[in-house]
Amino acid sequence: MNKKKMNDRQKTYILMIIPALVLFVAFNTIPLITGAMYSFTNYRGYGSYDFVGLRNYIDLFSDSRVGNSYLFTFKYAIAGTILVNLLSLLLALGLNSKIKCKSLLRGVYFLPNILGGLIIGYIFSFIFTYIIPAVGSALHIGFLENSILASEKFAWIGVLIVGVWQAVAMNTIIYISGLQTIPADIYEAGMIDGASRWQTFKDLTLPMLMPFVSTNLILSTKNMLMVFDQIMALTKGGPAQSTESISYLIYKNGMDGGQFGFQSANAVVFFVVIVTISIFQMAVTNKKEEQL
Amino acid sequence: MSGSKRSFVPQPIEAKVKSADEIKNDKGGKSSVFLTILLVLGCVTILFPLYMTIIIAFKSPSEMTNDINGALSLPQSFSLDNFAEAMRVTDFWHSLGNSIVITAATIILSLVIHSMAGYAIGRNMNRKKGFKMIYFYIVSGMFVPFAILMMPLVKQTANLGLDNMAGVVILYTVFYMPMNVMLYSGYMKNVPMAMEEAADMDGSSAWRTYWTIIFPMMKPMHATVAVLTALGTWNDVMTPLVIMSGSDNVTLPLAQLNFQTQFGTNYNLAFASYLLALLPIVIFYIICQKQIIGGVANGAVKG
Repeated sequence: MNKKKMNDRQKTYILMIIPALVLFVAFNTIPLITGAMYSFTNYRGYGSYDFVGLRNYIDLFSDSRVGNSYLFTFKYAIAGTILVNLLSLLLALGLNSKIKCKSLLRGVYFLPNILGGLIIGYIFSFIFTYIIPAVGSALHIGFLENSILASEKFAWIGVLIVGVWQAVAMNTIIYISGLQTIPADIYEAGMIDGASRWQTFKDLTLPMLMPFVSTNLILSTKNMLMVFDQIMALTKGGPAQSTESISYLIYKNGMDGGQFGFQSANAVVFFVVIVTISIFQMAVTNKKEEQL
Repeated sequence: MSGSKRSFVPQPIEAKVKSADEIKNDKGGKSSVFLTILLVLGCVTILFPLYMTIIIAFKSPSEMTNDINGALSLPQSFSLDNFAEAMRVTDFWHSLGNSIVITAATIILSLVIHSMAGYAIGRNMNRKKGFKMIYFYIVSGMFVPFAILMMPLVKQTANLGLDNMAGVVILYTVFYMPMNVMLYSGYMKNVPMAMEEAADMDGSSAWRTYWTIIFPMMKPMHATVAVLTALGTWNDVMTPLVIMSGSDNVTLPLAQLNFQTQFGTNYNLAFASYLLALLPIVIFYIICQKQIIGGVANGAVKG
């Protein structure tokens, strides 16, 4: 009787996992493999194609447009991750201390996270194109008088502002929940020892917060590397391809540009890059956590 | 009824919030007015774009002069004309309906399929190698960027006749599977095996035990999963953009993208449309703010 029950249980477990497994294989693993396969072809997205060996991969490294997209994406992701984490840590410290209207303020600061990146991009596009130049010419500030999005040099900062504006919300909430795991008696002990505010933060808060810092770093790096919506809304990769992210380039040239095979190779490299960075970050932050 | 509603709030986070606040309050001391003012001022950066959206959405094009006043001063009258026009141009109710159907279907499928998988994995991964391997196999999907799947998926869904809303729902169910399976299987650690053993004694089948006892017990995690999945799918542009481009159906954000050219330089019409597209999720947020923030924090911290 008992054995029969066990068998029934095991069978049910297997039955329960099958739908998820079938879907995952069909719509994650199979396209991943087909994508990798296309990366060895000169497929344009239609018509016939031939296998070309590693040519796409070799071409990737000499393609300046691909190179620029990596430069932009990394510049954006590094600056974004640092800014987002600094701002959200400050904000979390503020929102976690003794203030009035705490939950209302938290609610407002979280708002950007629920809004869609595309529409926010359109709204900011108007701000960059009309409001800021109008302010600039009213106050006679030269460098504000032209839209930042039209500048080949600075358009990426416009994209960055919007990306950071949205991403800070999520990281703040994670830092707040991190701050709440720190027991209050630690602070009391610090106060008795006469620690200054900065010392308290550096020697007590930050070490205790380390697991949340690592979560946030990994999370925001990954999201920033995959930037797409903001670019779609703000610049469409321009001006002069200066804000073309890797995702946007793969979408644009892979879907419409007849570079299905070539951009598949780009996507494979991008995948490897993301996995490497994530593993590296996890290894480094794990080490840091162990040391503390 | 009110009891069941409360349990929708992810409990652990909620409990932490309370205890920390209480400790702080116990210590006495006044709240910092300076810090409060600083944080209220900071809200301007969040609220200014939204204020501007609302103001422009209510104005008529003739009120849009070329200086700052044109964009930021209050409209002469709060007319709903722009909204009516935007609804007509973007086929608002249709795309709203599509977004709701896609999001709701994704949530239902996720709650059913991901919770079952998470349960089976959570109960077996420490005893059986196979389940542990499946766990890592699925969770590793978190690192697969959409960019690499995008082009093959466009071909694949078209071949299967899934280049439509159903296809998008299936894809979302797959994309959110790594995170959700991880959340569910992690949650199973908190549910003692004694639950199932007792039900087994009463002669209930494992299948029945799951749906009558375990599934309802996972309620806090269902809330987290639903919130995270909903926010992701509701605002997503890329998947419907590449998968449904052949069909007449669009989602709410996709409609903004498609009609961008039709808005032209009529910013009042465009902003009315943006506001309409933002409104459903903002209303939802105002109603369920606690659950949403709790769910997001819960998911990220566990994940």
